[in-house]
Amino acid sequence: MTAVQTTPVKPASRPPIHPPSLVRASMTIVWRNLIHIRRMPEMLLDVTVQSVMFVLLFAYVFGGAIAVEGSNYREFLLPGIMVQTMVFSSAIVAMGLTNDLQKGFVDRFKSLPVPRPAVLVGRSLSSLIHSSIGVAVMGVTGLLIGWRVRNGVVDGVLGFLLLLLFGFAVIWLGIWVGSLMRTVESVQGFMFTVMFPLTFVANTFVPTESMPSWLRTIAEWNPVSAIAQACRELWGNGPIAGPEAAWPLQHPIAMSIAWSLVLTAIFAPLAVSAFRRRSRD
Amino acid sequence: MDVTPAVEAIDLVKHFGTTRAVDGVSFVVPEGSVLGLLGPNGAGKTSLVRMLTTLSVPTSGTGRVAGHDIREQPNEVRRSLGLTGQAATVDEILTGRENLRLIGSLYGLPKKYIREATERLFDRFDLTDAADRMARTYSGGMRRRLDLAVSLLATPPILFLDEPTTGLDPHSRSGLWAVLRELVTEGTTLVLTTQYLEEADHLADEIVVVDKGTVIAAGTPTQLKDRAGKASVVVTLTHAADLDPAADLMRAHSPEVHVEPGSRRLTAQAGGLGDMTRIAAVFEASGIELDDLGLARPSLDDVFLHLTGRRAEAEPAAGAPAGPTTEGATT
Repeated sequence: MTAVQTTPVKPASRPPIHPPSLVRASMTIVWRNLIHIRRMPEMLLDVTVQSVMFVLLFAYVFGGAIAVEGSNYREFLLPGIMVQTMVFSSAIVAMGLTNDLQKGFVDRFKSLPVPRPAVLVGRSLSSLIHSSIGVAVMGVTGLLIGWRVRNGVVDGVLGFLLLLLFGFAVIWLGIWVGSLMRTVESVQGFMFTVMFPLTFVANTFVPTESMPSWLRTIAEWNPVSAIAQACRELWGNGPIAGPEAAWPLQHPIAMSIAWSLVLTAIFAPLAVSAFRRRSRD
Repeated sequence: MDVTPAVEAIDLVKHFGTTRAVDGVSFVVPEGSVLGLLGPNGAGKTSLVRMLTTLSVPTSGTGRVAGHDIREQPNEVRRSLGLTGQAATVDEILTGRENLRLIGSLYGLPKKYIREATERLFDRFDLTDAADRMARTYSGGMRRRLDLAVSLLATPPILFLDEPTTGLDPHSRSGLWAVLRELVTEGTTLVLTTQYLEEADHLADEIVVVDKGTVIAAGTPTQLKDRAGKASVVVTLTHAADLDPAADLMRAHSPEVHVEPGSRRLTAQAGGLGDMTRIAAVFEASGIELDDLGLARPSLDDVFLHLTGRRAEAEPAAGAPAGPTTEGATT
C-alpha cells in the first residue's frame, strides 16, 4: 500500500465550490418548492378552494344547527378551522418528502456537499408557507362572513404565532411518516386516517359540552382543542372555558405552547432517526 | 512515485437484512480511465455506486474517491464526484435552466459561473432550445442529457453513471456514448454500470464483471474475450439433410465441432482466418451447398455465459414502461 495523498484531482480546472450554510441551502430548497407551487397551482387547492368550501359549508350548512353560548358560530368556527389547516401541514410535508425520496431528488441532494438537514428544513418551511396561504385565504373568507379579530393587534398576532408554532410541531410527525412510507398514496391514506379524528374529536367545529363525558375528556385533552381555545380567547371569538372544562382549556395559551414543545420532543427525534435510517441505504 | 487512483473499492460489503447485495468487492480505477461495472439486474452494481458516492453507508469495507475516504471524508468525496443515477433525478417541474441553477446554488458556485456553465453545457448537450421548458416535457434522451449536464456543472474530475443508457433508443444511446468519450478525452474518470455488454465493450478500458455481489472476473475487454475461448467458424448449410456429412467433414479439420440439433448450423473451433479459408475450400470441393460461412469472435455475452452459465443481457422489455410519470411533486 502506498501513502494516500489527499490532494484533490485537478484543482486548477474547477470552479470554486463553497458549500452553502444550512440556512442558505434550506432557502434554496424552499425556492425550488415554491416554484413547484407556482407551476402547479392545483397543489394549493387543498388550502384555497377547499378552505373556502369548508368555511362556507360549516358556517351555513351546519352552523344554523350549532349553538355556541356567548358567541356566534361563524366567529367560533374560524379559529377551529384554521387549526385544522395547520394540522394538515404534516400531511403536506409527508407527501412532499416521500415524493422527493421516491423520485431520487433526495439522492441527488445527498451526492452534493451540502448540510443534509437542509432538505428537511427547506421542506418544513415550504409546508408552513403552504399552510399559511390556507390560513390567509380562510381569514379573508372569514372577514367576508363576519369573523373579526376583536382584541387588538398584539393578541391577534400572538394567536397566529401559536398556530405557526403548532404547525411546526406537527410537521415532525409528517417527516416521520414521510420517511417511513414508500409511496405518496400510502402516506396520503395514513395521514388522512390520523388527521380526521385528530381534528374532529376536539372543539374545532363544535363546543365540547354536548359530547358524552368520556369523549369530552378526550376532546378537551386533544392538543388541537387547546390551540383552538387559545386563538378564540386571543381573538375574542368565543367564551372562556367554563369551570367544568378540562385543565388544558382553562390555560389554553400556556398549554398550546406546552403541547407544541411536547409533540416536538416526541416526534423530532423519531423523525430525524427515521430519515437518517432511510438515508443510509 | 505512485499516483493516487481516482476511485478505489476496498472489500466493500453491503447487506440489506439477510440479503448480501455486495459481498466483498475491491477494484481500482486509475485517473482518466473508464471502469465498466458489468452485471445482470440485482448483481449489486447500484449498491456499489451508492456506497462509493456516499449515498449509502457500507456494512463493512470502505472506498476512496480522489484519495478521500468515503466513510471519513464524505464531504470531500462529494466535492470530487458527479453522479448520474439510474432514474434521471432531474426535477421535472423546474425548467432545464432552473435545474442547473438549483444544483449550482447547492454547490455554492458563483451565479456568474452557473449562468455561463449552463449556456456551455446546454449548447454541448443540444438542450439550448429546451432550456426554459419544464423538464417533464423532455424526452427520455433529453432528460438523461440534462441529468448529465447537472452532474457536470461543477466539473467533477470523477463521474459515476448508473446505467446511463437504460431505456434509451439506439440513437440517443450512441449520442450519449459520444459525449462520454469526449469527457474521457478531457481527462474525466468514469465509473459506469451497465447490463449491456456492448456498452462496456465500447466505452470501458477495464471491465469488472459482478454477479451476486461478488467480482467474478476483471480485465480489459480483450482479456475477457480471450478467456471465453478462441474464435470459431460458423457454417450455415442450405439443406438441413447435409448436417451429418458436413459435421464429419469439419471434424477432419477442427478438434471441436458443435452441431445445433434441428438447425442448419455448425460451429467449429478455429485459430483464425487461416482455418476459416481452409474450411471454406473443403466445402467448395465437397459440393455441399452453403448459405453462409464466417468467423465469430466471442462476445462479452459469451464471456458472461462462460463465467456464470447464464446469459447477462436483460430480456428486452416487453411493452414500454408505464406511460408518463406520475403527476409531479407536491410541496
